[in-house]
Amino acid sequence: MTGTKTGIHRETRMTKYLTTTALALSMLGGAAMAEPVKVGMITTLSGGGASLGIDTRDGFMLAVEEAGNPDLEVHIEDDQRKPEVAVQLSDEMIQSEDVDVLTGIVWSNLAMAVVPGAVRQGKFYLSTNAAPSQLAGKGCHENYFSVSYQNDNLHEAAGQYATDEGFGRMFIMAPNYPAGQDSLSGFKRFYEGEVANEVYTQLGQTDYAAEIAQIRDSGADALFFFLPGGMGISFMKQWAEAGIDMPVVGPAFSFSQDILPAIGEAAVGVKNTAQWSKDIDNEANAQFVEAFQAKYDRLPSLYAAQGYDTARLLLSAMDKADISDADAFREALRAAEFDSVRGDFAFGPNQHPVQDIYVREVISEEGQLTNKIVATAMEDRGDAYAEECSM
Amino acid sequence: MSPVEQIPAAGSEPMAAAPARPSRATLVNAALGLGLLAFGLGAWAMGEVFMVTLATKVAILAIAGAGLNLVLGYGGLVSFGHAAYFGLGGYTAGILAHHALNYTPLFEWPFLFEGTTSMPVIWLTAMVIGALAAAAIGALSLRTTGVYFIMITLAFGQMIFYFAISWPAYGGEDGLPIYVRNGFPGLDTLDPLHFFGLVWAVLMAVLGGIAMLARSRFGLALQAARQNRQRLMAVGIRPGGVLLTAFVISGAITALAGALYADLNRFVSPSMLSWHLSGELLVFLILGGTGRLFAPLAGAGLYIALEHLLGGVSDHWQFFFGLLLLAVVLFARGGVIGFLAGGKRHG
Amino acid sequence: MSTILLIEQLLNGLQSGLMLFLMAAGLTLVFGVMGLINLAHGSLYMVGAFACAGVAAATGSFWLGLAASIAAAAAAGAIVEVAVIRRLYARDHLDQVLATFALILIFSEGTRWLYGSFPLYLNVPPSLSGSVTLPGGIQYSLFRLAIIGAGLAVAVGLFLLIGKTRIGVQVRAGEADREMIAALGVDIRRLYTLVFALGAALAGMAGALVGTIQSVQVGMGEPVLILAFVVIVIGGIGSIKGALVGALLVGLTDTMGRVLLPSLFDLFMETSAATSVGAALASMAIYILMALVLVVRPGGLFGARA
Repeated sequence: MTGTKTGIHRETRMTKYLTTTALALSMLGGAAMAEPVKVGMITTLSGGGASLGIDTRDGFMLAVEEAGNPDLEVHIEDDQRKPEVAVQLSDEMIQSEDVDVLTGIVWSNLAMAVVPGAVRQGKFYLSTNAAPSQLAGKGCHENYFSVSYQNDNLHEAAGQYATDEGFGRMFIMAPNYPAGQDSLSGFKRFYEGEVANEVYTQLGQTDYAAEIAQIRDSGADALFFFLPGGMGISFMKQWAEAGIDMPVVGPAFSFSQDILPAIGEAAVGVKNTAQWSKDIDNEANAQFVEAFQAKYDRLPSLYAAQGYDTARLLLSAMDKADISDADAFREALRAAEFDSVRGDFAFGPNQHPVQDIYVREVISEEGQLTNKIVATAMEDRGDAYAEECSM
Repeated sequence: MSPVEQIPAAGSEPMAAAPARPSRATLVNAALGLGLLAFGLGAWAMGEVFMVTLATKVAILAIAGAGLNLVLGYGGLVSFGHAAYFGLGGYTAGILAHHALNYTPLFEWPFLFEGTTSMPVIWLTAMVIGALAAAAIGALSLRTTGVYFIMITLAFGQMIFYFAISWPAYGGEDGLPIYVRNGFPGLDTLDPLHFFGLVWAVLMAVLGGIAMLARSRFGLALQAARQNRQRLMAVGIRPGGVLLTAFVISGAITALAGALYADLNRFVSPSMLSWHLSGELLVFLILGGTGRLFAPLAGAGLYIALEHLLGGVSDHWQFFFGLLLLAVVLFARGGVIGFLAGGKRHG
Repeated sequence: MSTILLIEQLLNGLQSGLMLFLMAAGLTLVFGVMGLINLAHGSLYMVGAFACAGVAAATGSFWLGLAASIAAAAAAGAIVEVAVIRRLYARDHLDQVLATFALILIFSEGTRWLYGSFPLYLNVPPSLSGSVTLPGGIQYSLFRLAIIGAGLAVAVGLFLLIGKTRIGVQVRAGEADREMIAALGVDIRRLYTLVFALGAALAGMAGALVGTIQSVQVGMGEPVLILAFVVIVIGGIGSIKGALVGALLVGLTDTMGRVLLPSLFDLFMETSAATSVGAALASMAIYILMALVLVVRPGGLFGARA
């Protein structure tokens, strides 16, 4: 095996045995200390949605490099956003490469394909993003940790924000698939006003003229929408063109740093909810934002921050326990003793985060679009499913 | 070499007498079938468990391809919607297992049915459902021909795809996990080797069945329907009935493959129904050599191997894969088997 | 629903239908004249969008970008025709499907190689941004109106080109009898390249116009490609008139289905369920339309041949 320096940017099979240069050094020195931890990262690096996976990977690898822990070995593969490919990769990683920890999946449907099987085979899964409700409630598992959020969290925070702002009638909209349906029910869980209309769009839809006409016609006080990826870009551009004077609230996914440049000025002023922002005032975050920009020459997104925190959590557990002692390692993960870029961070009973969720506003700063925190929507929010988890 | 010695389906004169000794095509077929078995067993012996899984995947996709080959290679019908039957088979396995594992009855009338985790029952159900769907879709689609047939089969596939995405009962786009692989009497299906052996045996049975079918009166009528519908009508056979029957059998075989695929991944999702999968099945056949009995196996094997190997060379492997595919179409007509076994392909 | 909203939605259907027509026209011409199924048509759409975004970002002018998109797509089309497509005319549909599927992979991954995986920025030019008030008090996006205008202009231009010019005569002759026009001394290879490049240019233009109000990213051509196929099959393959009628039918069915079906189910179902079921049915609507048309008229509405 080669410990390559160049390997970080290329996830080809040959060079994928990403080890830090320190590993190569330690192998030369013949130092054998604690048992190494093998991490299998399955994420989307090609096709639609690749930007999310690339940010996840880059954030994760930044933390790995900074730590320079010779016992950590990361193996990265591209799932092409296809569930069957993800399953195959996890089989390969578990059966052939004997990884200890899996991580990196962006999409809930891929997570549902991989996670239940992986944790039942005794592997740890640390979620950098997707956290479907099935895995938070009855389907929770002692080896499954979500480091990002529970899927409903950001939508709940948007509902809370709409209530706090006194929006009496909301128009709410999401794609017609499980995450979209969860989104609207998450929003309604904390929204106390009246829903003017709820609309389900087609998954992958790119033209929203019909929906925008309905929104204009509804006379609602504000709009809440959840349209991840390219759908959100299309919608926001068309929304700006329509020139409707109505406040817009949404979860961070459509206003994350990776897609803001593609939306352009149309996004300015939109309120969006997130558990992280690049202006959260703490030392770990300031260091992360600076290092990420220095290394990759772009601003970090929410996904990069989640990837970074996931790696930091893993590294903190490695400092405290040996992977061969699964119980001790699990306890070390549960303790979550690392400096999160989000500030306070703890796991709830179902091993999902308990954290503050903020309201951010899209602003233009030094010619770049980015987000700024304007309020705190929820403090120490856990999730709605923890009670159903019998762990 | 005379064309007589080919697989009955591919030969221009299938009525000719059987060869006295094994032809080159037969040897190539035997090498492919046994080669897959040897690969799976060898990988197991060397502890490469994942390679066993890959071999299983090849075998399953080859079964699906064999279903498509029946209508496309033998009957000349280009179906661009076979993912529909593949996905329906997958969902049959997923839904039956889901109810059995959760102890929630699937239906209580006319009798109580709580789902099942038994593979033979699942296979049978999947094949019946695949056949029913193919009968309905085929009856409507066979009114059209040529490009219209390609597109109407695509349309039906897309309808089922969008239905599966937005129907929440069984997970919608999130899909439906099967936590424990379904069982087969006398085997430990969770053991990759057992499962591989089972799937390989099913593949051989399916290919054997198709070979027999192709030699039968029905098979000859099917090939005649491809070549000249008028001639068939002249001897008093309705081509529509023959083609529809082939379409139904094809749907059943592809659904069986879908049920196996669901068990391989222990997961079903609408991506099994997507038009990409229909396209991939076509690619297998053309890579392998349309109308050849073992084309689906050769094509699926080559496709998976290339995907696996090229994926290791570059992030942009799809670019090179595209170039390679293009080269095969432009310069290597007749596919892998045509290249290995020689002989003229129809069309 | 108010009349004004209904009219606005009809305009939306018209606009999306006309964009589909730009895509479908090229597909149907290429099929009609050369008998070729071109799956890579969506890639040319993507090429147009990327060229527009690239040039607009470099020069700051949307109009230069639009010109570049047409030029780039036409050039890409001509190159592909000469290098690959030309060898496929005599092949069966199966080979054509596979070869053009390979072209999709090459175009998509090649574009990703050049531009990376992040979506590109492309926005409406200032002169066409904002909305206008139409007679009757309808507020409508100026850019969408411009798209409708451009789509209608292209449709008229195409009908004139096919109906009144020498090239049009050759094209129509080619549809009727390929051997015949070669015998008449027409340089058939040049004609084919020209027709293919024309279809590519229209796709590139559609990509640039639609990319402006949607997102410019790798893979954007595939969903549109499938829709364009639905359009030409409904209209009858090879018929420009069929492509126009089919495109408008699909555009209107899709738009009105999305708007009306959820309200329809709302009459007898609980709202959440109604919107969900209605949206599910709306996403299937155009495929149901296509199946119905083909069951009743197996050769499409204006199909000359199957």
